[in-house]
Amino acid sequence: MEALLLSIKLAICVSAVLLLCGVPLAYWLANSQWRGKFLLESIVALPLVLPPTVLGFYALLAMGPRGPLGRLWQALFGHGLAFTFGGLVIASVIYSLPFAVQPLIAAFEGVDRKLLDASAVLGAGRLRTFWRVILPLSVPGVITAVVLSFAHTLGEFGVVLMVGGNLRGVTRTVSIAIYDHVQSLEYVEANRLALALLGFSFAVLAVVYGINRGVARQIGRIWTPWPPK
Amino acid sequence: MSVQHAMMRFWLAFLTAVMFSAAVGAQVQEIRVAAAADLKFALSELAGQYEKQTGTKVNVTCGSSGNFFAQLQNGAPFDLFFSADMEYPRKLEAAGLAEPGTLYKYALGRIAIWTRADASIDVAKQGWNLLLDAGVQKIAIANPDHAPYGRAAVAALQKAGIYEQVKSKLVYGENISQAAQFVQSSNAQAGIVALSLAVSQGMKDGKRWEIPADMHPAIEQGAIILRTANDKAQARGFLQFVKSADGRATLEKFGFTVPEMDVPAAGKP
Repeated sequence: MEALLLSIKLAICVSAVLLLCGVPLAYWLANSQWRGKFLLESIVALPLVLPPTVLGFYALLAMGPRGPLGRLWQALFGHGLAFTFGGLVIASVIYSLPFAVQPLIAAFEGVDRKLLDASAVLGAGRLRTFWRVILPLSVPGVITAVVLSFAHTLGEFGVVLMVGGNLRGVTRTVSIAIYDHVQSLEYVEANRLALALLGFSFAVLAVVYGINRGVARQIGRIWTPWPPK
Repeated sequence: MSVQHAMMRFWLAFLTAVMFSAAVGAQVQEIRVAAAADLKFALSELAGQYEKQTGTKVNVTCGSSGNFFAQLQNGAPFDLFFSADMEYPRKLEAAGLAEPGTLYKYALGRIAIWTRADASIDVAKQGWNLLLDAGVQKIAIANPDHAPYGRAAVAALQKAGIYEQVKSKLVYGENISQAAQFVQSSNAQAGIVALSLAVSQGMKDGKRWEIPADMHPAIEQGAIILRTANDKAQARGFLQFVKSADGRATLEKFGFTVPEMDVPAAGKP
């Protein structure tokens, strides 16, 4: 159970970081006219294509004392990044990046341009338009992004295996613990943990999708896009 | 219509190619070996020698013994299994998944403390003390819960009386190869790895200290021919080669201790 809690903690941290970084990134990608934008879009989508072994391998090298991330971390905190919870968060953020950014881009691009024009005509700046028009209309996309990041991190295995070092309570996530049980031929424990993960994942997804439906329908009532003063 | 035709022609060509390659594949003589991670280098050399001698290709897949055990129980297609312990092959034999009487103790594994060549402290001089050094923040070993080499590493640390002191520094590799990889990538400053990996091409330039064999329970490693083997005579042939003087010499070259023969190799009808 310790492993399951650790995985949930990791998934929450990763979703939070991805929400904070993903929203500005997705907004920029949805609106930028820059010609080289497709390059950044490709980079964001890369974790969808690359196997976790590739990501984990590069993460391990980058986090080492000679790697850029590892050196930075060493200078800041005085210890390496591999085999730490922080290291797992960073690796998982990269691994789940497209799952957060792509729904956000789709949501931001889906907002009717006429509303943005109206907002501008009424004198709202870009930031205000974003907060009061774009974001409220994109709530379903934001929820999708958070759920997908959470779910993807919860089920993560390969990257954690490559950079985690299997430390109890620190980097031994539920997928690693299940793998360990199977390896040690403890099929009963493996089964118990796997079932717990299955049940938890289903419950989370069911609740969120249920809420998301209601939110999408009632969005106008909860958060009116442009309240008259 | 023409698009559909083109597609159909493509699929037909594709299917034909697949079937043809499968038919050709079946004709090539090949032994499929599942082997513990510590055998990666020794066994690929043995496979090369055997192929040169007999023309039979030996296809080696390396991984964790426990993983293979689970896969073999579920019908993984291998002819031979070289485990890192005796327990897994014995269990396979007991479960009727292996050829009875073919279990062979091919080697005793040795372990060594290994650091990169650029490590500031010389492990060859320091021995166990290296692990206590403040500069060594992480020590990589294989997971003792299921990897025989991990168990041996923990036993040796206990015997040396420093296990409690270094316990918080330990990080676990999924198998002995990954433990070595943690040290190679400098994420751990030292590791207790299989000697067979420490003497291999990629790691022999590092610094190592061989842990005396009496510091840990013997890592007895067994190989067995599987029930599902395609061609049992072929599998027997390769196992016989591993038992031969040439095969034993190769294993010794890679840091394994080869046990005394309990069955005479020659003189078989």
